[in-house]
Amino acid sequence: MARAASPRRKAITTLAAWSVGLLIFFPILWTMLTSFKTEATAIADPPVFLFFDWTLENYSVVQERSDYMRFLWNSIIIAGGSTILGIIVAVPAAWAMAFVPGRRTKDILLWMLSTKMLPAVGVLYPMYLIFIQMGLLDTRIGLTIVLMLVNLPIIVWMLYTYFKEIPGEILEAARMDGATLKEEILYVLTPMAIPGIASTLLLNVILAWNEAFWTLNLTAAKAAPLTAFIASYSSPEGLFYAKLSAASTMAIAPILILGWFSQKQLVRGLTFGAVK
Amino acid sequence: MYPKNALRAATALALLTATGAMAETITIATVNNGDMIRMQGLAEDFTSQNPDIQLEWVTLEENVLRQRVTQDIAANGGQFDVMTIGMYETPIWAAQGWLEPLDNLGDDYDTDDILPAMRAGLSYEDQLYAAPFYGESSMVMYRTDLMEQAGLEMPEAPTWEFIAEAAEAMTDKDNEIYGVCLRGKAGWGENMAFITTVANSFGARWFNEDWEPQLDSPEWAEAVTFYNDLIQNYGPPGASNNGFNENLALFQQGKCGMWIDATVAASFVTNPNDSTVADSVGFALAPDAGKGKRANWLWAWALAVPAGSDATDAAKTFIAWATSKDYLALVAENEGWANVPPGSRTSLYENETYLEEAPFAQMTLDSIQAADPNQPTVDPVPYVGVQYVAIPEWAGIGTSAGQEFSAMVAGQQTPEEALSKAQALVADEMEAAGY
Amino acid sequence: MATQHSRSAARIMMAPAVILLLGWMLVPLAMTLLFSFKQYLPLRGGDLGWVGFENYVRFVSSSAFWPSVQATLVIVGGVLAITICFGVLLAMLLDQPFWGQGIVRILVIAPFFVMPTVSALVWKNMFMDPVNGLFAHLWKFFGADPVVWLSEAPLFSIVLIVSWQWLPFATLILLTAIQSLDSEQLEASEMDGAPPLKRFWFIILPHLSRAITVVLLIQTIFLLSIFAEIFVTTQGSFGTRTLTYLIFQRVLESQNVGLGSAGGVYAIILANIVAIFLMRIVGKNLDA
Repeated sequence: MARAASPRRKAITTLAAWSVGLLIFFPILWTMLTSFKTEATAIADPPVFLFFDWTLENYSVVQERSDYMRFLWNSIIIAGGSTILGIIVAVPAAWAMAFVPGRRTKDILLWMLSTKMLPAVGVLYPMYLIFIQMGLLDTRIGLTIVLMLVNLPIIVWMLYTYFKEIPGEILEAARMDGATLKEEILYVLTPMAIPGIASTLLLNVILAWNEAFWTLNLTAAKAAPLTAFIASYSSPEGLFYAKLSAASTMAIAPILILGWFSQKQLVRGLTFGAVK
Repeated sequence: MYPKNALRAATALALLTATGAMAETITIATVNNGDMIRMQGLAEDFTSQNPDIQLEWVTLEENVLRQRVTQDIAANGGQFDVMTIGMYETPIWAAQGWLEPLDNLGDDYDTDDILPAMRAGLSYEDQLYAAPFYGESSMVMYRTDLMEQAGLEMPEAPTWEFIAEAAEAMTDKDNEIYGVCLRGKAGWGENMAFITTVANSFGARWFNEDWEPQLDSPEWAEAVTFYNDLIQNYGPPGASNNGFNENLALFQQGKCGMWIDATVAASFVTNPNDSTVADSVGFALAPDAGKGKRANWLWAWALAVPAGSDATDAAKTFIAWATSKDYLALVAENEGWANVPPGSRTSLYENETYLEEAPFAQMTLDSIQAADPNQPTVDPVPYVGVQYVAIPEWAGIGTSAGQEFSAMVAGQQTPEEALSKAQALVADEMEAAGY
Repeated sequence: MATQHSRSAARIMMAPAVILLLGWMLVPLAMTLLFSFKQYLPLRGGDLGWVGFENYVRFVSSSAFWPSVQATLVIVGGVLAITICFGVLLAMLLDQPFWGQGIVRILVIAPFFVMPTVSALVWKNMFMDPVNGLFAHLWKFFGADPVVWLSEAPLFSIVLIVSWQWLPFATLILLTAIQSLDSEQLEASEMDGAPPLKRFWFIILPHLSRAITVVLLIQTIFLLSIFAEIFVTTQGSFGTRTLTYLIFQRVLESQNVGLGSAGGVYAIILANIVAIFLMRIVGKNLDA
């Protein structure tokens, strides 16, 4: 709605929007600020907002105690790997459903989404046994596969809605020109589909990064990602707000930065193409 | 039973990737308690002595750790080579053949030096299955300055009546000083450990000799009502979410007049680096109600090797290091004698320097020696364990019952309601388990 | 337009995804079903034989069952209501022209990126703690007694935490939808002198219905299985034991796999009822 607004109205809107924005962001801001305080300052009464002696001590304590880099690396491999695997499997499927829809296509799509609704906890024990049998417990490869499967329905769905937006006339034109199916996919559709695939990729990296059921229950040390890293700070002895804040900041910073940089695609990706 | 054929191919694939792993990396699951975190910090001493062994740490909160190691050992997951477990798990798991016996821990290990109470609790059929990292009982920790202000004097062996009186006198809610801090957070190792000891001292018991739950007895009602009154009237706000670590933080900030909890906390509350009240803390035996049993528990956090481990020798080498006399000396050298893990070895309590530097040493030893897991209650019981019941179902029972008592502390139900719900719950679980 | 040839090609292209998901669904499901008819106690030696429907009866007749269903519904319903109501309002606000739109939008999305374990820990300790939490300071500043959030208002606290995480999601979808609203149509109605409330009710809201449906569906999928937020904050105490959490306790704390599996089967049935209901709405929208 690109309407011209009076400056007065714009000023009021600005004030309101900024207040709400800051309010929503405040917990994150507060966590980040606290991570630079000493433990004693962190619980000071009344709370100190900006004027305290900034320190990096908590970060070094956290890194020393739990080797942040290793958890980060695991998170990157698992989130990235599961998303890429998922896209490889989902692109052809979404493609077929979008361009060669059959009578069952809609049912298959809905069925896929319904698998996402299965409560993970219902199959935790079987999964645990399967993982032991296959030697996948606490391995990155095992977790990558599970997260790929968990997010596959969403990936297929998102891609499907993106692909559906590509006009069918272009395909027909290409076909008239005698393009084979392979050529059609490679040269005509792929370039048009890149933005959709990119958004899907991004959203699923975020979902996989933040997944906290399977990552907590199927890993111990070797494959433990950042969700497990933070779990070890849940209730330590003594004062721990500052350390908790530092650990939290370190756990969310990478994805926060990634998310901010790719804001535009994300807004599109989040809507699953279902909202235009 | 499992879709074996379908899995076989994938298993082969997984094995291919797994063989690359070193045999001499050991994964250690431990609790995020202060002493363990200190151990992690000092682990370089171990790796420099044993350059061919690498250590992977999994540090988790108590409740979480218990679930994870239990799940792992029961399903034979093999994720860990060293597990931090307690007196509750050790005999049960050893009986199932899930733990490696801990013999030949090295010539200078001196197994006989382990405190008899600890050694007995961590053995099965006279064989040690877990080596104590630290041992504890529970006792009263109190603020000498506040006690003096209140015009009272803490006896060496107080009664519950005195605790209630002192709590009332010390409470000053306007200044955020709460007479007594107690565990309220649900969990069999959290509030149920404490509530069970209170119940023991009031003459209650979990089961009679026919394994019938006894939570509907008048002794339980008296004990739980007393506990509830104490924590409601003189406890800090939000007590229903406070476990050991939360109460420790409160005490260190000077917000508790008294705190009845693990003896191991003594070194943290008297450590001036962490505690604002370090120089005004006194200690007393856990209270009683004149029935012949004091409300003190017996517990050890111990290190054990699961039978499925593929690095048994390396794991034992590590355990021998972490529970040795040398480790105590190492901590003393780095952090001072007052901070060594207590309650595991007799020789520590014969060490003059330790007794001098740790004002709580004697009280800790006395409390440990006063607890008897084989006769925990006034009336006879079919089970072993002071603040727990050494049967596999206890973890489930204790936690669900604990949630009822936690809801009671939160003011959502009365002691009678909590007890009758807990009684029904326990009866259900016992029936499901086939008692 | 599809030829026989492209049809079979399409089938081959779909096969990997369908087979993988089918396997992912059926294998563990079959095992859960199998265990649910057994007395399966790992701590007592594992599989102790068939027991028929005993686990199913026991699970439902346990005193914890109905409260857990109720808690699940309250949490899912509460979060949906909050995120959608505030999402619509926020989307309408952010749609207005103002200075610094880009930055505000970044601020608003941020909670969506925070992993559930982190947000639960931060809220529990730094905001809701009755002694050192920020809310406690705020309450004391105004002379009120600090609220013990997690035990005095446990469901509300969890709904609050989860809503904070999901509000950005709802807002963004709804904002995109509002932006696509034909501004001419709106201006025309403005010219006609339609009061704002009427404009909202008859033009904006109908336009948003599809977006709201999408939000509803996707959030329900995720909310039915929330776990970390409860695991970190109350561990199921104070009536926050959802169905998911109850099953988790049966399997992991009591180590009663048979009983837990029977619960799992119930949860799957329940989820499917919700799913069918939602799928109908989405199915309609897919055609549109």
